[in-house]
Amino acid sequence: MEELKQKLSDILKPDKKNRRHLIYLLQGVQRKSGYLSKEAMLVVAEFLDIPGSTVYGIATFYNQFRFTPLGKHPVKVCMGTACHLAGGKLVLEAMARELDIEVGGITPDHEFSLDRVACVGCCALAPVVEIGDSVYPKMTPPKVEEVLVTVKPVGQEQSEKQ
Amino acid sequence: MSFGKIQKQAKADWDSQYHGKAPHILVGTATCGRAAGALPVVEALNKELANRNARAKLTEVGCIGLCSLEPLVTIIKPDSFAVCYNNVTPQVVPTIVEGYVLGDDPCLDLALGTLGGGEGDAAYIPELSRFEHEYRLLLRNCGYIDPGNINHYIANGGYSSLVNALHREPDAIIEAIKKSGLRGRGGAGFPTGRKWEECRQASGDMKYVICNADEGDPGAFMDRVVLESDPQQVIEGMIIAAYAVGAREGFIYIRAEYPLAIERLEVALEQAKKLGLLGKNILGSGFSFDIEIVQGAGAFVSGESTALMYAIEGRRSMPRARPPHSVRAGLWGKPTVLNNVKTYAYVPLIIARGADWFSGLGTEGSKGTAVFALAGKMVNTGLAEVAMGTTLHELIFDIGGGIQSGKKFKAVQIGGPSGGCLPESMLRTPVDFDSLRKAGAIMGSGGVIAMDEGNCMVDTAKFFLDFIQKESCGKCSTCRIGTKHMLDILEGITTGKGRIEDMDLLVELGEDIRGGSLCGLGRTAPNPALTTIRYFRDEYEAHILEKRCPALVCKELIAYYILPDKCERGCEHCVLACPVEAIVTNEKGIKVIDQSKCTKCGSCQLVCPPEYNAVIRLSPPSLVPAADAKDKG
Repeated sequence: MEELKQKLSDILKPDKKNRRHLIYLLQGVQRKSGYLSKEAMLVVAEFLDIPGSTVYGIATFYNQFRFTPLGKHPVKVCMGTACHLAGGKLVLEAMARELDIEVGGITPDHEFSLDRVACVGCCALAPVVEIGDSVYPKMTPPKVEEVLVTVKPVGQEQSEKQ
Repeated sequence: MSFGKIQKQAKADWDSQYHGKAPHILVGTATCGRAAGALPVVEALNKELANRNARAKLTEVGCIGLCSLEPLVTIIKPDSFAVCYNNVTPQVVPTIVEGYVLGDDPCLDLALGTLGGGEGDAAYIPELSRFEHEYRLLLRNCGYIDPGNINHYIANGGYSSLVNALHREPDAIIEAIKKSGLRGRGGAGFPTGRKWEECRQASGDMKYVICNADEGDPGAFMDRVVLESDPQQVIEGMIIAAYAVGAREGFIYIRAEYPLAIERLEVALEQAKKLGLLGKNILGSGFSFDIEIVQGAGAFVSGESTALMYAIEGRRSMPRARPPHSVRAGLWGKPTVLNNVKTYAYVPLIIARGADWFSGLGTEGSKGTAVFALAGKMVNTGLAEVAMGTTLHELIFDIGGGIQSGKKFKAVQIGGPSGGCLPESMLRTPVDFDSLRKAGAIMGSGGVIAMDEGNCMVDTAKFFLDFIQKESCGKCSTCRIGTKHMLDILEGITTGKGRIEDMDLLVELGEDIRGGSLCGLGRTAPNPALTTIRYFRDEYEAHILEKRCPALVCKELIAYYILPDKCERGCEHCVLACPVEAIVTNEKGIKVIDQSKCTKCGSCQLVCPPEYNAVIRLSPPSLVPAADAKDKG
């Protein structure tokens, strides 16, 4: 707990010690750690002097927060209207099948995590997939494998195993 | 610094770039441009310019609204035409640089057209006929000026409205906004001037101004483009609003999913402060106002005004009952004005050009222009700005270019999850607040999504209900439970378990949700289902009575089938693409799909070479010849 407090000290700054900054602080913690752990939420609660349940209540209300770690390459499949009409759901299913994980899950090697997002605002290029900071336009199920290989070449996987 | 001096400096900066002796290159690097590959193009241009020792300046601009033509590069040359190039790749960069930056060859085969307008008027491409149907106010600078340089905005007339406003009485400004007929662009269309007046009259020494940039509607991206391309107009509008109502603090609540817009807003606020246009004692007037950016955390309901205020307070964004209205008791219980991004952006124009000018645009009840995000199956996806009252037909066919791949138009979804789907017979509907509401849709935030014969209307209704049901904050039981039941019924219909009485049940439930929900989002949640039942009843009936999806979309009601006489036999595309090994080759060399293994992902159809086009979809699945799999397989 103390160690975590130390780690989060650059986020939990005295000028942010106000109830209204709760969401901002949680966003900062998530940016740093990739997700909100129970311990991190308790640290934030203690910092703001509010019950842990309040922090948990807020965190679970908003879609942005996640409670499991994010993969090294977070995959977000857009499920906005334009992407849906252009077959976004098939892309999501192909992604889940290819990575062999459920939506919201993470691969055992922590390389990829898979999430659906409401709309990334690139409707003209639908359907889109976001992996890390890159946006992949006009996706199709056959393109899924191709894209995943460019993000993480197959050879890399083997060398890691060795 | 006096404003005259600021203007002079800005003009000098602008002229040095846009009227200099060297060629000036503009590259659109808003989010859509980036997704299409604009950043590698910028890199290639910089490299090529350096390699060729070319004296040229490169500026990253926002988006002119032609998303399907991105990346877009414009070369402005002294004493010659400004030429736009579309779908630019790093590969063609050397050709363009050689041709038009260094030489006088405009490379017409790569060019889209010339860039006209600008300098305070809307920038446009005269070769594209769509611009004849547009009326650009908010988009006038988008894709033309550098959003990261406040001087560009000021040189094109920016902030003179603020100076003008600071010399007038706040009541006079409110009067002008009232007279202009401006209505809120967030969707509901409440008269802006009246909102401001009520807030001004409310008692309290602390008042707030909030800009709603929580564009949560899936399929809408106008606010993002405005903020990424010309953020200063929004900031100027907010400062004028604050002066009019007597607020000292302001917030921009923006989705965290828009990192580039946030970044550009931060830069814009910083620059405005540096010039004394924002902050303490603005331009020596004695009026102080500051703006803080608050990032949303991803909840659709945060876009509702009372909910948004709770989100800023760090609470759950759940709408509350009104009264009291936010103009009397809003953020932290203080009088608050909350408007949409675009609403604020109109304000400087109304102050500069006059209330009468603005009220002369548009229709009886809806003044000015409307910005729409065109998406879905349209040819020209992107942004469009038209005068209120323009018909949907003009928007979709004259500006949007009609439906892609020559397919037939089926419906237009307008207004997002709160809006509705309108059929071809309703295309003469003018786009304004009142006409759209009458048709069963709403103006909403302005997402316009065209659907063709390949889109299923029941599936579309299900999509929106699924969205709403997930995003319902849970406060009102009609919305929380009602939308879940509506979704279950639609789920049943799309999987072949529908009953004919389900349609009446959906309508009944929809009316209860409309009547029993507190906020606008809940009250309009049934719209997508109600409008599709109203206009596309036959599609519902096909799903229910014949277990058939006419658009061949609903998975449980379709099957993929390879036409034996079209299959080329020698090619293995579908076999290799199938993720579940459901395709086998029979003794005649023809590919056959094992229906029991098929997951209906559609990969085989996508990869089947177009010259064979052997994979088709059938609905109901019983149409697949029964002997097929067994006999030949």
